[in-house]
Amino acid sequence: MTGYIVKKVLTAIGLVILISLFTFLLMQLLPGDPARIALGDGASEERIQEYRDSYGLNDPVLVQYWRWITNIIFHGDFGKSVLNSRDVTSYIHTRLPNSISIGLPGLIFGVLVGLFVGIVSAVKRGGWLDQVLTVLVNLFLATPRFLTAIFGVIILALNLHLIPLQGYTAPWDDFGDYVSKAFWPVVVNAIYTVAILARQTRSNMLEVISQDYVRTARAYGLSERKIIFRYALKNALIPVITIIGLQMQNIVAGAVIIENVFNIPGIGQMLLNGIMQRDYFIVQACVLVISVMTVFCNLMVDIAYGFIDPRVRRSMR
Amino acid sequence: MEYELNYNEIQKEAKKKNRQQSLRIFFGRGVTVKLCSAILVLFVVLSLLLPLVMNLDPNSQDLVNRLAAPSAEHWFGTDYLGRDVFARIIYGGRVSLMVSLLAGTFAAAVGIVLGLIAGFFGGIVSRTIMAATDVILSIPNMVFTMIIAAIMGRSVVSLTIAIGIGMVPTYIRMVNGQILQLKENDYVVASTLVGQSSLKILFKHLLPNAFPSLIVLYTINLGNAIMTESSLSYLGVGINPPTATWGNMVSDAYAYLYLAPRLAIIPGICIIVLIIAFNIVGDGLRDSLDPRLRGKL
Repeated sequence: MTGYIVKKVLTAIGLVILISLFTFLLMQLLPGDPARIALGDGASEERIQEYRDSYGLNDPVLVQYWRWITNIIFHGDFGKSVLNSRDVTSYIHTRLPNSISIGLPGLIFGVLVGLFVGIVSAVKRGGWLDQVLTVLVNLFLATPRFLTAIFGVIILALNLHLIPLQGYTAPWDDFGDYVSKAFWPVVVNAIYTVAILARQTRSNMLEVISQDYVRTARAYGLSERKIIFRYALKNALIPVITIIGLQMQNIVAGAVIIENVFNIPGIGQMLLNGIMQRDYFIVQACVLVISVMTVFCNLMVDIAYGFIDPRVRRSMR
Repeated sequence: MEYELNYNEIQKEAKKKNRQQSLRIFFGRGVTVKLCSAILVLFVVLSLLLPLVMNLDPNSQDLVNRLAAPSAEHWFGTDYLGRDVFARIIYGGRVSLMVSLLAGTFAAAVGIVLGLIAGFFGGIVSRTIMAATDVILSIPNMVFTMIIAAIMGRSVVSLTIAIGIGMVPTYIRMVNGQILQLKENDYVVASTLVGQSSLKILFKHLLPNAFPSLIVLYTINLGNAIMTESSLSYLGVGINPPTATWGNMVSDAYAYLYLAPRLAIIPGICIIVLIIAFNIVGDGLRDSLDPRLRGKL
């Protein structure tokens, strides 16, 4: 098992290094010279050269990459914004907790509700409840998040006055205010996850239920409840774990949209502004942070797999 | 000689039967698949032909008639600049359909070729391609597509390519996985033993067997492309205004949600209906082409 974990961790580290290099090179392709963007069109050639020198923009790309990545690893320093020389590290420090306060409840809510809906649909397969749930799942799979968000605002905020239009309060500042403002963003972000998990859980459950050992259990006269929860669920959930790992990506993608619709000062909004303003260090930092979180989630899933399914462990040797 | 002739005839007959059966399962799967196929055809026909028949101008402004309610002249009313919403829906549909079809086709073409190379030849080339795929798949797709779109500039063509590049890894993974799996099959091993060339095996056995999964992935990706396109246009990273897209129509409507919610609701419903139609037709194709794939795609 140790060998398996070590192997997985090393792969993950390699992947993160490749991602950082890839993002850095990608940023070099962005049109526009950061010095010219920061100093404006009227800047003299000398000022621009000076600026480029002070940021090290005249060095070869790989030298720049090396300086950037070693600063992050050894000093925890993500560099400075090219636009207003703001410290990117502290910027991320103030923004990331806000994103997590929206994303984490969304992830937990999405996974729990998704599993629940999937199991209920599978147990009641063919019934009216299953049919209603399946229609809803298909509807939410096809609805982009910005539309769920806006339709919710039209109904819940403008007509029923249940939630505020937009805005954000951090939970550690005023918890009551946080709950009323974060409720809809969290639900919007979770809905897609609910739909994906529900569909996957349902189809896995149906597959497992049709297998011989479940039939044997029925023939033994075990109660349906015991069959479902003791025997079927365990095997049905193994593939679902992969899907849960992938939800991290969905939540992050959702954050970019939701933070912009509801004007939440999180890392998704920071990333979009960075892209719009061609602020290299901000975009690089955001993408790196986001990818590290994604890779970490997948790593956890892989390790969990190793514990749950002995076949996976053996195949790695 | 006679045996050979019969064999060919039987094979031809079997193929025909198979195709008929696929079609029957596809359309026999209830009214939903039929309805969704019809909706797709309707969207394509309307967005292509209507501008030729009717006098539709998506960009002419009429500031006196801002936010007008639906009327005989403006079927869906007008937006905040007095532009005809119906005309913008039709032209926006053109953009959405075109971007999704072109991006999907681009991704399929590039992804299938790279996936075939990775799956079939192996070695260092394969490892490079798969590592690149892993890297891109570790960056959330929306974020990756946003960055590529920013690099390419804001136009219909660059957005198409950005969305296409974002979907390429899904094809590489699928083709590569399928080929690795199929290569183990006895009939492929037998073909190799008989001395058939690799290319012949590839095109005669491997590709046709991977085809059902590919066509399903293609259909579902068309829906995904529309989702990405509308989200990016909503965020303002997509296509430049004043070109109408359903995404930027919703984004324009945001300031007028209280006064005229229909400005957001109409394009929103168009987006959802189109994506649902693509998803359900994809599901229908999957069930008719290869029932074993149910629940796996």
